[in-house]
Amino acid sequence: MAEVRLSNITKRFGNNTAVAQINLTIRDKEFLVLVGPSGCGKTTTLRMVAGLEDASEGDIFIGDRRVNDIQPKARDIAMVFQNYALYPHMNVYKNMAFGLQQRKMPKEEIARRVGESAAILGIQEFLQRKPKELSGGQRQRVAMGRAIVRQPQVFLFDEPLSNLDAKLRVQMRAELSKLHQKLETTIIYVTHDQVEAMTLADRIVIMEGGRIMQIGTPLEVYNNPANLFVASFIGSPSMNFIDARLVRENDRLCVTAADFHFAVPASLEEKYCHTIGREVVFGIRPEHVLEMSDSHNLPAAASLEAQVEVVEPLGSEVILLVSAGKQQLTAKVDPSTRAAVHQTIRLAFRMDKMHLFDKQTGEVIT
Amino acid sequence: MKTKRYFRLLIHLVLIVSIVVIAFPVIYAFIVSTLSFQDVFVYPPRFLPGSHAVANYITAWKNINMGRLLFNSTFISVAVALGKIVLALMSAFAFTYFSTFRGKGFFFVIILITHMLPLPIRIVPTFELMRDFNWLDTYYALTIPFFASATGVLLFRQLFLTVPSSLCDAARVDGISPMGFLGRILIPLSKTNIAALFLIEFIYMWNQYLWPLVVTNRNDMQVVQTGLKMLLAGQAQAAEWNVIMAGTVIAMLPPLILLFLMQSSLVKGFSLQEEK
Repeated sequence: MAEVRLSNITKRFGNNTAVAQINLTIRDKEFLVLVGPSGCGKTTTLRMVAGLEDASEGDIFIGDRRVNDIQPKARDIAMVFQNYALYPHMNVYKNMAFGLQQRKMPKEEIARRVGESAAILGIQEFLQRKPKELSGGQRQRVAMGRAIVRQPQVFLFDEPLSNLDAKLRVQMRAELSKLHQKLETTIIYVTHDQVEAMTLADRIVIMEGGRIMQIGTPLEVYNNPANLFVASFIGSPSMNFIDARLVRENDRLCVTAADFHFAVPASLEEKYCHTIGREVVFGIRPEHVLEMSDSHNLPAAASLEAQVEVVEPLGSEVILLVSAGKQQLTAKVDPSTRAAVHQTIRLAFRMDKMHLFDKQTGEVIT
Repeated sequence: MKTKRYFRLLIHLVLIVSIVVIAFPVIYAFIVSTLSFQDVFVYPPRFLPGSHAVANYITAWKNINMGRLLFNSTFISVAVALGKIVLALMSAFAFTYFSTFRGKGFFFVIILITHMLPLPIRIVPTFELMRDFNWLDTYYALTIPFFASATGVLLFRQLFLTVPSSLCDAARVDGISPMGFLGRILIPLSKTNIAALFLIEFIYMWNQYLWPLVVTNRNDMQVVQTGLKMLLAGQAQAAEWNVIMAGTVIAMLPPLILLFLMQSSLVKGFSLQEEK
């Protein structure tokens, strides 16, 4: 149980900078998820905390201790790997006990801890089996068990669920959540899957190109993305973006683009009034694009005509890919929709949920 | 159905005939080793075992101090096989895992090139080296020049490359040293390959003839393969082929027994079917 602090951490591989000047504090008992596309530096960051990579610059603290020069085994961490990394020639019990034996722990204590962890994870009946005799989900449990027996201050997870099939992944995700509540330990978790990030995290760190793009709770990063990258990365399907300009027209603030002209709701006018005339990117999530029939009485709505190109029925909702002028848009609508391919429909935006980003910097306009 | 059955019969027939052809020299050697001196020279030759087996084998054993020869052969074969495995494991480990090892690729190619040179080419310079070391007629000369093994390095390096890197990470987090990783993780994982390599190198060394002939003079330093020659008593006398064949059969037995004992790991080791 400890706080982890990264201060000005940089990692270079030759001339490549994998991680650039990261500052990050992971609170005690927090479930922190590092998320981003592959190559964004999230795994490298995790490996630096583990001690598997040396930081080129900066300091890493676990608790009050600076751990830059401390061996992985002495950092009081445990790590779970994407491909489980179980020792193939040892049975489950030995896999879990191995790290403890290296620490010269008495046999009875090892047996007690392995028994306890096996009970938590429901793998008691596999203890004598070899990893190759287990299914993917069972191996994943063993890999976690190997981490739990160590009773570390920090758990590090490197994409632990990405080798599992979709159904099992959802199940293990829920178990991970429960496990975190039970163990009350700091967890740093790396994934490229934003759903995993949103469902598991206390706080999410979104990374891109070795930099942190935003840190916040799942709802914060969803509702108030700090920049275009976060806005497009979080949320599925991705947010719609339209290049636009802000103008004042008849005393109302308006977003105008080649094929659009929408009024900004009165409640947001004050926020955006200083950006008049600037090139901006207008963003609206698919779930805030409505089919006109179900948004008649929406006051802040603006509407436009669009041609349906693809219909993706998901059961609980329907995803429509439409084109309006030169603009491609995605809408998430009610399953009762009668929209069909090639049809022209009217769409409305919930302008109270709009986002504006600076076109040059990509930063959100506040 | 029926054609399939005939086809199978045909295949078996072909296989049986091939085995007989391939094994004929061995079988005939065994038959000759059971005949009396006179019967060997009978024409047409006899293809049934005779009754002089015991006498022939005892003569062969006594005439050339077979016990000592077998000991020498076994000792150098085991020593060379073990030496090769230990060195190959360690260098393959270095080639695979040492990231600060400069000129790794260059040295690896050099090792592979030594593999391309047949032994006879190296025999004169190596002999001179042995002589300068005063190692002639010693076990050093019979074993140490064989210790380096390109085959072994290549085999283990390829094997280690298939071991996922996260296993190494996991071991580091578990707190074992690099040599601990080799000893506790990699070597147990390579068990079947080690056994297969041991078998192959044992037989390879057991069948060395030219090198032991060059570096040994003393009778008590001979190995089985060179010692057999001493059964050819001299040019004045006719060769006692029955006794020579008895000696040959004895020389064949140890690798054969080893092969039977380790057959399964040989197959496993080379098919690489064991889960990594």
